Amino acid sequence: MEPLEIAERLKEKFLNEIVDVSRFRDQVFVKVKREKVLDICRFLHDEPDIYMDYLADLCGVDFPGRRQRFEVVYNMYSMRHGHRLVVKAQIPENDPTVDSVVPVWNGANWHEREACDMYGILFNGHPDLRRILMPEDWEGYPLRKDYPLKGPEGYEYKGFDEIKELHTHDKEWNIQA
Amino acid sequence: MKNENNTGTDAGSGSRIATTEMTLNMGPQHPATHGVLRLVLDLDGENIKKCTPYVGYLHRGVEKLAENRNYLQILPLTDRLDYISSMSNNLGYCIAVEKLFGIELPERTEYIRTIVAEMARIANHLLWLATHALDIGAMTVFLYCFREREMILDLFERLCGARLTVTYPRIGGLKNDVDAKWLEDVKKFTDAFPGRVEEYETLINKNRIWLRRTKGIGVISAEDAINWGMSGPTLRGSGVPYDVRKVTSYGVYDKVKWEVCTGKNGDIYDRYRVRMDEFRQSNSIIRQCIDQIPEGPIMADAPKFTLPAKDKVLTDMEHLIHHFVLITKGPQTAPEGELYVPTEVPKGELGFYFVSDGSGKPYRMRVRSPSFVHVSALPRLCEGELIADIIANIGSIDIVLGECDR
Repeated sequence: MEPLEIAERLKEKFLNEIVDVSRFRDQVFVKVKREKVLDICRFLHDEPDIYMDYLADLCGVDFPGRRQRFEVVYNMYSMRHGHRLVVKAQIPENDPTVDSVVPVWNGANWHEREACDMYGILFNGHPDLRRILMPEDWEGYPLRKDYPLKGPEGYEYKGFDEIKELHTHDKEWNIQA
Repeated sequence: MKNENNTGTDAGSGSRIATTEMTLNMGPQHPATHGVLRLVLDLDGENIKKCTPYVGYLHRGVEKLAENRNYLQILPLTDRLDYISSMSNNLGYCIAVEKLFGIELPERTEYIRTIVAEMARIANHLLWLATHALDIGAMTVFLYCFREREMILDLFERLCGARLTVTYPRIGGLKNDVDAKWLEDVKKFTDAFPGRVEEYETLINKNRIWLRRTKGIGVISAEDAINWGMSGPTLRGSGVPYDVRKVTSYGVYDKVKWEVCTGKNGDIYDRYRVRMDEFRQSNSIIRQCIDQIPEGPIMADAPKFTLPAKDKVLTDMEHLIHHFVLITKGPQTAPEGELYVPTEVPKGELGFYFVSDGSGKPYRMRVRSPSFVHVSALPRLCEGELIADIIANIGSIDIVLGECDR
């Protein structure tokens, strides 16, 4: 099926949920509201002639200044029919939550954890939502646009000295400089 | 391996041994985890009840860095993702950017790219076979594989000066052209290589330890493998004929004859078979490309995005300015839009998702790495099996943590 046809089908089924359909090169992007993302994904996955059984990618994007600051991008592909569609859910800054799509695709599990780690988007119903790439006690969300490239403001990595300082109480680490 | 919480005791009743669950930490410094992967295993005797992978030890923030660099400066970062087959990563990035910019490539470039991509695939699978076999006790094959891998790395060195982190492709073309002597030597390699593959097979195909440790272990059905987002040989081992080289058009894969290799049972042995078959397919692709390769330019005619020729930069003022602007500011006429472009790297589907706002830097660059997805499916493969099988499973999904953590 042509991706634009799939977008039409989505419009028929979820008329009030679709914000915008756009096209770039040969790919079609459907912008949706976040409330019924799980239903939309389930529909795309289960419908026999759409059958998006492969979630190629899921990631977040940050647009500071927009009313809906974050986007979660679902990049799907159908192994059976060979068509591709990108669904983008709009997430506001003051309540960055969206339903998890792990019940539809198991492969979404770590991608959602990463989006949570990097953007602070919370996925409702996710089985194990923890930080994944950053340390567990890390503060802040590194891929947000207002997060400085060099790390947190005022923080300067001092290398070995810093690690030594942290462990002065620890006998094993008590290294004579 | 370090025993964190060993509470297993003998109940002392004499008749049977009571077992308690035990948590075992494996990694991040462990030779069989193929990098800095840490697994926390909940064990009941030797059975794995639960397996929790921890990743991120090699997180360098490539996606954040990319947002602060222009398109030309990102290329060397992609080498460091999957450092085993950096050529494929460079190509994946260049192809994605070219699709975003709408650059058409000259035919000769497409052929050379296909040749080097398949050489990288062979080199990657050789390293995979060597370490995977070493992990599960077939040690002889290790040095045999490195012998051939060395040949490919030598050819890469002659081609572009680097063996591991090559940075050979450029946006819209290649760093330099290949000469006839080089092509001849690649052909010599492909003459010898199928015999070498048979050699590896005689070493392991009838090895009883190898068979017992791979057949029927780590089974994943086709449906599950798709649902978990697996790709590449790991997915094809379950019998799904999905190969990005067939479903999207890049390189000259539509002009040469080759087949998608698939397995049947979805176990470790079938994934091994798929990769062994891919050796032969890649070899045949390279041979056909060398026979068909046309003469012509190697850089696309897209001066807004591609660097001018070096000899002109050194003698001509306009070209020098052009070069300077592209290097310092990046392409200033990038189209606005977003695009997801997958390519088939040796480990699976490597996807680059770009959001472009028209400036010289990508607004967002997302790297969809196959290793990340495969590690996430590791618990699905290991749980319920024996602890020794975890090593075989890690080997069979062919992961590199540099790509997983980005």
